[in-house]
Amino acid sequence: MLTVTEHGLYCASGGFHIDPWRAVERAVITHAHSDHARPGSRSYLCAADGVEVLRVRLGRDASIAGLGYGATTRLNEVQVSFHPAGHVLGSAQIRIECRGEVWVVSGDYKTQPDPTCAAFEPVFCHTFVTESTFGLPVYRWPEPASVFAEINHWWRSNQPRARTSVLFGYSLGKAQRLLAGLDASIGPILAHRAVREFLPAYAAAGIRLPAVQPATPESIRAAGGRAIVVAPPAAGNPAWLDGSGEFATAFASGWMLLRGMRRSRGADRAFALSDHADWPGLVSAIRATGASRVLVTHGASAPLVRWLNEHGWQAEALATRFVGEIPEEPETPHRG
Amino acid sequence: MRAFAQLFAVLDRTPDASGKTAALEDYFRATPPADAAWALWFLYGQRLKRAVKSVDLRRWAAEAADLPPWLVGECCDHVGDPAEALALLLPLNPHPAPLPLALLVEQRLLPLAAATEVEQRAILRATWSELDPTQRFLWHKLLAGNPGIGVSRALLVRALARLARVEIAVMAHRLLGAWRPTPAHFARLMSGEAPGGEPACPYPFYLASPLEGEAPALGAVTDWQFEWKWDGLRAQLLRRAGEAILWSRDEEIVTAGFPEVADAARALPEGTVLDGELLAWGDGPLPFAGLQRRLNRRAPSAAIRRAVPAVFMAYDLLECGGADCRQWPLTKRRRELERLLTRAADEAARREAGLSQTGWLQPDLFDSQPVAPGLPAPLRLSPALSVATWDDLAGLQAQARATGAEGLMLKQRDAAYGAGRQPGAWWKWKVAPFICDAVLVAAQPGHGRRTTRFTDYTFAVWQGDELISVAKAGSGLTDAETDAIDAFVRAHTTGRFGPARLVTPELVFELAFDGVAPSTRHKAGFVLRRPRIVRWRQDKRPAEAGTVATLRGLCRG
Ligand SMILES: [Zn+2]
Ligand SMILES: [Zn+2]
Repeated sequence: MLTVTEHGLYCASGGFHIDPWRAVERAVITHAHSDHARPGSRSYLCAADGVEVLRVRLGRDASIAGLGYGATTRLNEVQVSFHPAGHVLGSAQIRIECRGEVWVVSGDYKTQPDPTCAAFEPVFCHTFVTESTFGLPVYRWPEPASVFAEINHWWRSNQPRARTSVLFGYSLGKAQRLLAGLDASIGPILAHRAVREFLPAYAAAGIRLPAVQPATPESIRAAGGRAIVVAPPAAGNPAWLDGSGEFATAFASGWMLLRGMRRSRGADRAFALSDHADWPGLVSAIRATGASRVLVTHGASAPLVRWLNEHGWQAEALATRFVGEIPEEPETPHRG
Repeated sequence: MRAFAQLFAVLDRTPDASGKTAALEDYFRATPPADAAWALWFLYGQRLKRAVKSVDLRRWAAEAADLPPWLVGECCDHVGDPAEALALLLPLNPHPAPLPLALLVEQRLLPLAAATEVEQRAILRATWSELDPTQRFLWHKLLAGNPGIGVSRALLVRALARLARVEIAVMAHRLLGAWRPTPAHFARLMSGEAPGGEPACPYPFYLASPLEGEAPALGAVTDWQFEWKWDGLRAQLLRRAGEAILWSRDEEIVTAGFPEVADAARALPEGTVLDGELLAWGDGPLPFAGLQRRLNRRAPSAAIRRAVPAVFMAYDLLECGGADCRQWPLTKRRRELERLLTRAADEAARREAGLSQTGWLQPDLFDSQPVAPGLPAPLRLSPALSVATWDDLAGLQAQARATGAEGLMLKQRDAAYGAGRQPGAWWKWKVAPFICDAVLVAAQPGHGRRTTRFTDYTFAVWQGDELISVAKAGSGLTDAETDAIDAFVRAHTTGRFGPARLVTPELVFELAFDGVAPSTRHKAGFVLRRPRIVRWRQDKRPAEAGTVATLRGLCRG
């Protein structure tokens, strides 16, 4: 049903590509992260919730159509529908059905709760194409509520020393999830331009986020060390923070679960918060699909493939160019 | 364990020293002494034996997590640290209920060593079920012997000193030596009770700084006392609680290597601590290398004791009559030191004569063997030297080598005994070697095993256009250099003189030496003292070598 070509995952019976890494005729998109949604294709189809964020990524002129979660459309011989993946706003698993055979391509997904996007829904299928960014049993996320309590506590503890809190997280998805978890009663919330760019799309989708001011050296100084700034990750202290006074930095990423990763980041703090499934999430999601065959993409897929095969699945790795997350994202694997 | 794991997390993520010190201070302020004692013990870098084999640990963790062993292996490789990987993959515990650190160590960790495999497995499973991942990570580190938390002793000392409201040096002193992780001990560390209960605790050594400027800049010469700078092993001799203990400067107890010193020290009164130098001693100091033979073995054989007789050259008094006397001026400490050593020598003599009866020695101290006849008295007093003018000091310095010393110590007479390297009261003025370039003129085979190669060299310097030999030296070169010179000698022999070959004067060497000694047997009228090869000057031509006139100038008449 799906083959890997030089353009990406191709469905011949449907005449479309899923998350192609080159320009194609018809692209069906799981979500708007840049390793899944690349510009240049003639037409795009994605979940209705994802149209606006995809437009920010692809530009005003891109031809993008949306389909509500659960609704079905027909592309040539194939029935296509989108189902929530719980990864970021508008992210979807793509279900394709042709002559009674059902495949689901997960894209990126997580099973943890996230108020900024629809929750992951398992979809029954014969073949499940799963991501495996965190495909080892050492990855098991703490409760998001406890992570946000830590983040808010950290922010508060920086205020008496008049140190602005700078929290790094990827600009689409993670940043908005962070905004949603911040306690606005603590102080002013500022956001980097790359983060604010997506906020209208969130507003349009009815996602409630706290009021956010643009982060500039002036606005940061004006807050007198009481503000928190949400910004995309950067190595060291980025130039746009120059002249902003003293600050403390923190990263929010799944990799921060590992001590070596925390130390190599060189931030003052690290919070283990991921938009990908952890090991229990992967296993439970795979189990819930009822699929007998599992294709594994992303990162280090070998351990998950072997474990699945040992536990009654028919599993193999699928070579794609999905990288777990986009290079400038902190969740980019450092090894493997 | 909860608080200790929290402390670990903070230390681990806090880069700055002040933040770490504050975290340590907070922890030790809030922690009960029993836990604090163990925490301190581990933070100070003390180790336990590995309690569980790492293969067993992995196997049982895999079993508890219901994961195949290969996958646990993958995780360990991926994370890089098995202690962390296993901590993360074990089943989560939503309600961790860790034992306090002291109980965890004493009831779980310590019993592991003597436990059977079945018991070990049971202890591990029970403990895992009580801990969260960070606590488990530390637990695994403890199983391996030490958490290896990155905190320097200096920070630890600073935090505890601040907490106990004492000087850093005082806390450093309290932390030195052999101590046990008991609540009583921790309480004593904080309260600073008299060290009487801790006979093994030495004081921080006061270290001399190198004299850089001119000595006269130090003020009136009469304000200073001078001593030889001995090339031995700096040590403190503790005579407390019926024991005599020798501590080296790197905080090791070396008593076992120097039984004659320890025996002799028993003649000192209770509550005495001396600072000094352990030396190998014949008629005077023997080369430092000899001392190594004392340090390598626990109890030296009679043969070694005879071949390398050891003495303790005392030069300061840190504790007198059970009281810390480091604040006394040097003159007072010195006077008391001399008095104590004289009485000890009398005591030793009386002991040999079987007349030992004094008030301040305990009878049970007398069963030690007397010093073997013919060996030097093991307790000696480093002489205090004085000079009338700073100019005379240079003359004294010139005698250092003849005495077997490395140079001079300059000590301020009215200064207290410091801690660590605080410049001001103690200076060391080391004898710098003389240096000259000389030409290889002859070589002969060395002794013993090396006889096949030419390894003993004769060096010469210029007098007019004649090369006059002034030194013999061997070794100091690499094997490759020695081979190259051996080949050179064979290829450039111009004559023979007994076993020696005369060679074409082509190769130049830099020599270091301690001075020149007049000699009627040498054509130059002198010979270099203790010459050794510094390096082969392949960049120099023979014409660039030194002259007899320059060397004679060093002779100081
Ligand atoms: Zn993604
Ligand atoms: Zn991805």
